[in-house]
Amino acid sequence: MSIAASFEIEYLQYLDADGKLVRKDLPEFAKNLDHMVELYKLMVSTRVFDTKSIALQRTGKLGTYASCLGHEAAHVGVGSSMKPEDVLAPSYREYGAQLYRGVQPRDVYMYWGGDERGNDYQKEPARHDFAWSVPIATQCLHAAGSALAFKIRGEKRVAVCMIGDGGSSKADFYGAINFAGARDLPLVAVIVNNQWAISVPRRIQSGAKTLAQKGIAAGLFCIQVDGNDIIAVRKAMEDALERARSGKGGSVLELVTYRLGDHTTADDARRYREADEVKDAWTREPIKRLRAYLESKKAWDEKKEEAWKHECDEWMDNEVNSYLETKAQPIEAIFDYTFAELPADLQKQRALALSLEKGAH
Amino acid sequence: MAAITLIEAVTQALAYEMTHDPSVVVLGEDVGVNGGVFRATAGLSARFGEWRVYDTPLDEMGIAGVTVGLAAQGMKPVAEAQFEGFIYPMMEQIVCHAARMRNRTRGRITCPAVWRAPWGGGIHAPEHHSEANEHLFTNVPGLRVVLPSSPARAYGLLLAAIRDPDPVIFFEPKRIYRQYKEEVPDDGEALPLDVCFVLRDGSDVTLVTWGAQVKECLEAADALAAEGVSVEVIDVATLTPLDFDTIAESVHKTGRCVIVHEAPKTAGFGAEIAARLAEECIYDLLAPVERVTAYDVHTPLYRLEMKQMPSTAQIVAAAKRTLAAS
Repeated sequence: MSIAASFEIEYLQYLDADGKLVRKDLPEFAKNLDHMVELYKLMVSTRVFDTKSIALQRTGKLGTYASCLGHEAAHVGVGSSMKPEDVLAPSYREYGAQLYRGVQPRDVYMYWGGDERGNDYQKEPARHDFAWSVPIATQCLHAAGSALAFKIRGEKRVAVCMIGDGGSSKADFYGAINFAGARDLPLVAVIVNNQWAISVPRRIQSGAKTLAQKGIAAGLFCIQVDGNDIIAVRKAMEDALERARSGKGGSVLELVTYRLGDHTTADDARRYREADEVKDAWTREPIKRLRAYLESKKAWDEKKEEAWKHECDEWMDNEVNSYLETKAQPIEAIFDYTFAELPADLQKQRALALSLEKGAH
Repeated sequence: MAAITLIEAVTQALAYEMTHDPSVVVLGEDVGVNGGVFRATAGLSARFGEWRVYDTPLDEMGIAGVTVGLAAQGMKPVAEAQFEGFIYPMMEQIVCHAARMRNRTRGRITCPAVWRAPWGGGIHAPEHHSEANEHLFTNVPGLRVVLPSSPARAYGLLLAAIRDPDPVIFFEPKRIYRQYKEEVPDDGEALPLDVCFVLRDGSDVTLVTWGAQVKECLEAADALAAEGVSVEVIDVATLTPLDFDTIAESVHKTGRCVIVHEAPKTAGFGAEIAARLAEECIYDLLAPVERVTAYDVHTPLYRLEMKQMPSTAQIVAAAKRTLAAS
């Protein structure tokens, strides 16, 4: 018997759970401690933002919200490695990536607070990124289509989609990586494996030993990464983006992390997972290890931590106030973006809605 | 200028727009070198290359989602669903993303895409190749549903669909793909969307239809004319957004209306037109509105498929019932 094909999946880690380097070949970006501090600060601000969001929901000021607790290295690592001209197609909890690209906390609050204007990102490069995609994995195909647009136009841009471990079970994901592999489209598909798809654990989500290896079937480069180690995430992303940008094809990255919070504020994870498992996962969480590393390099300390957290609190308070002070859209807004030009029938329905607002019956 | 068939008019429109707008791309299964299973994209790959006439993997869901991605990033994709019976895996992308992208993002991202699909029965095709399912799309906000019924309208409406800034479902009645030829100047002139076409003026009864059934309605109008009945025939062409005014004006004149479609009766698009007539034109009506449609059954395999389709005789009989009522 001969071997028709064989493969291996590399696992990449630089910082262990205690913040100790496990490899000596530190990537260039990681040698710049100022830059590492910037990444750390965004990871912390993302967590402050997340905490604030949950508090808003619990006090009735925000609708259902999907927390990103524990995903900070994965999300910030992805967002910070992309170039402005690249395109991000997120699902609905990758705030760390989006904040880096110019989405504002107030946008997130607006969206989960029931207002479409939250998707109307004002700042570049987020302005040309996709909006949150609630139907699982459907955004992977939008990224594949974007990658095809870049390839057709000869642009050196890359499309990045982000999904969860559950999302990697869907045909949309397989379809997207298959489209990319068939023609070497510049697509990077990032699976943020947080071990839980609402209540279904990774163990029974897929029989594959790694989720990364799903890309092998599509002919893509695949790697599994410690998703709580931002150096590893950044390095794997930079390599994948460079391969895609230079026409060498797409990648599938599996970022192994843990969903420390509930699926959303409408969920109670205590119903289906053991407290010990969560307690254990907290020992590997991403912020603690990066702080330990930066402190060992004398690049961070308790005083800076307190000052930055205070700054984040003020920033988020300002964002929350901006959100809460924004009045609901006028009734005509539900009509005005249905088509580029409002058809005659919709004009009549719009007039009816306006008259009802004014008290007519 | 040579006369061309409806399917050749589709090809002519695609070629015209690809020549004049570099952002237009065609994608689907077998659309490349093979030129499409119905030959709608014949010769386009040789003219525009494999990247603009893009043979996709065999993945309808993928085609639909990639089309959304292309459109969102500034291209004007024209995707082909090989048969309307295979469009169901595409529906999530069309309904959840294409049709609502503009609304969801308050206009920041739009989806100027076209999904073409050979539609309807009558060509002795296998199971799932002969459906009339336009009604599944007509109550999706933000989506246009267009059905041409002649070579000239296929050319003009497809140009308009590609140029439209919003997503369009373009159902091509495959039964009349090669039914007859007419001269269609390749002048890039689009026909208006959201407008009904009055194909024949009349004063006694209005026949309202779309797609391949235009053929039977025009035949019925001829047969009725021979008996002294003056029939108006309206091709709705764009089902949504509906140009109800043209239908209402006609019914105001004739007082009688027969709606004819190839899709099943219950909650077919004819039901919407009948409801609108009841709401807005009841005092113009001299007789109950008639619907001549398929039965509420699955499209039969081809030995019986024409029995499921409205016939000229059924349309004539329905028109006569409206005349007898008043």
